[in-house]
Amino acid sequence: MQRNILTLLILGVLIVAAALLAQFMGIRLYERIATTMFVSMILVLGLQVFMGNSGILSFAHIGFMGVGACTSAVLSIPDRMKGMALPDLYPILETVQLSPYLSILAGGLVAALVAAALSYPLMRLSDAAAVITSFALLVVLHTVLTHWSAMTNGPRTLFGIPEATSLWLACGVALAALVGAIAFKESRAGQLLRASRDDEVAAAAIGIDITRLRWVGFILAALFAGIGGALWGHFVTSFSPRAFYLKETFLILSMLVIGGANTVTGAVIGTLIVTFAYEALRSLEATINEAGIMADQVIGLTEIVLALAMIAVLSLRPGGLFPAREIGTLLTLKRRKGGRS
Amino acid sequence: MDFAVQFIINVLSLGGAYALMALGLVLVYGILKLVNFAYGELIMVAGYTLHLVGGSPLPWLVMAAVAVVMAMVAGLATDYVAFRPVRAKSVTAVLITSFAFSTLLQNAALLFISPRPRSVPLPEIFSQSVMIAGTPTPMRDIITIAAAVLLLGLFAFLMQKTVLGIAMRAAATNFTMARMLGVPANLIISSAFAISGLLAGVVGILWIGRIGTVAPAIGLEPLLIAFIACVIGGMRSLQGAVLGGFLLAFIDTTLNYTLSQDLLKFRDAFTFSLVILILLWRPDGLMKGPATGQRT
Repeated sequence: MQRNILTLLILGVLIVAAALLAQFMGIRLYERIATTMFVSMILVLGLQVFMGNSGILSFAHIGFMGVGACTSAVLSIPDRMKGMALPDLYPILETVQLSPYLSILAGGLVAALVAAALSYPLMRLSDAAAVITSFALLVVLHTVLTHWSAMTNGPRTLFGIPEATSLWLACGVALAALVGAIAFKESRAGQLLRASRDDEVAAAAIGIDITRLRWVGFILAALFAGIGGALWGHFVTSFSPRAFYLKETFLILSMLVIGGANTVTGAVIGTLIVTFAYEALRSLEATINEAGIMADQVIGLTEIVLALAMIAVLSLRPGGLFPAREIGTLLTLKRRKGGRS
Repeated sequence: MDFAVQFIINVLSLGGAYALMALGLVLVYGILKLVNFAYGELIMVAGYTLHLVGGSPLPWLVMAAVAVVMAMVAGLATDYVAFRPVRAKSVTAVLITSFAFSTLLQNAALLFISPRPRSVPLPEIFSQSVMIAGTPTPMRDIITIAAAVLLLGLFAFLMQKTVLGIAMRAAATNFTMARMLGVPANLIISSAFAISGLLAGVVGILWIGRIGTVAPAIGLEPLLIAFIACVIGGMRSLQGAVLGGFLLAFIDTTLNYTLSQDLLKFRDAFTFSLVILILLWRPDGLMKGPATGQRT
């Protein structure tokens, strides 16, 4: 228990420190980067809840981010904008206009509901079959989001979403997500789920209902993803439903894998490191482009470096930077060892 | 009658291409239990090679051969970069590295070539058509069918009659046992990747022959098709992959003719929902392959 509080404290302080740093640098760009980072952190923590505890790789996560973002957008775009932003919207929804904060919550809930409705049977599958179905689920969600013109304005850009996500709102939700992820990990459900991750047969033999527990984890992950997506929507204020696909999946996955999928610490640290590397590489790309060294625009360099980093981490340190123990546990163990000697 | 001929030729040519794609994916999956996410990029590599050698005075068939060889090299690179370092670790790790390798190749194409589609040289014959039973049929459909028949026959011969094929099938059935009986593991895995690259290369040329250009994201659609075909047919059965390919082509062609324009946009959603349903009903696909083996 004490260890968990220590973990929570350290990671919480890190998150708040990042927010404070971005605020006091006083540069608008840093604030935007930090806000985006907190949104990613919420998504990564959500993915950790499912992947870390159940051990199953899920590609569908970003799909639920899209569901959350679109739901929140539809519910919160002001009346007078709706005619333009969503010309084919169903009449019932035309008059609905929630406060963005409520609609963010609604975005999370709808994502969780969609996940609950679709995923129960999928949770029976393990290994490669589970991965392929989650990939199929991502394609289904992507296809529906980009073609359901009435709700999402099809593949075109969805605009007019009220701005609501500030640095501190994103920071606060990231902290809440951190608490949620640790609480789930240490709850009975989380512990049983991890037992099934380590040995599926033994876990089933002692009476663990693996399918139901995975389902719970998956719904919780989708809730995080939906809220994260909604926050992102209210941050950028216009986006295309096409945005939620493989590129974002790759980014979120690289954060989790480099940090370590099995620990919450890994999710948080991975997000910090990858965001930093990503922004540094992006600005390097921009500098190269401005200087005109290459004949063509330089794009894709960032992804190449991240992909190499991911492969390197997985082959040298397969569990990521924090493979098994949370930072709180690591520190307590160290202190005890130090005391004894 | 016209319609029937057209429908059959569509299904056969599409199905031939799909079956080859699925076969390349299943071959690797059968032995290694690795879903190779970088498979689509092998097709991209074939396309870009064709684009790059396009300016040279070589005859087209030589250029195509170079493209296929490059796809095989890329297949081998998948093995060395994404697979071998993490083979002994978890399934998830292997899946993630192959996904990362796919992103790597795609972005390398973005960075070093161009984000915009590039044209590839194609011989005249790809744009000609002939009359079959009173229906104008594009020659490229006939070429696809011929190539599929030829390659499937060759592949069947390889798997049934040669030492390499028998060793690969043994490795797919029980890897540990095969190793103990003296089947060299690394060689078998590398050959599987190379053959997978060969199939991808040939399919890539046929596939790009339909479109005429190559772009960094070109591999996604063939990858998705191969996924669906494999899952329908059975992830561990080579015959299943071929069956799945033709079945998927039949479903796709039928949907193309029957769905209204509004619903046609959602075709991918329909086919992928079908994948999910089939996996729930029969997790092993329509055809059962040999029992699961280990990877190391």
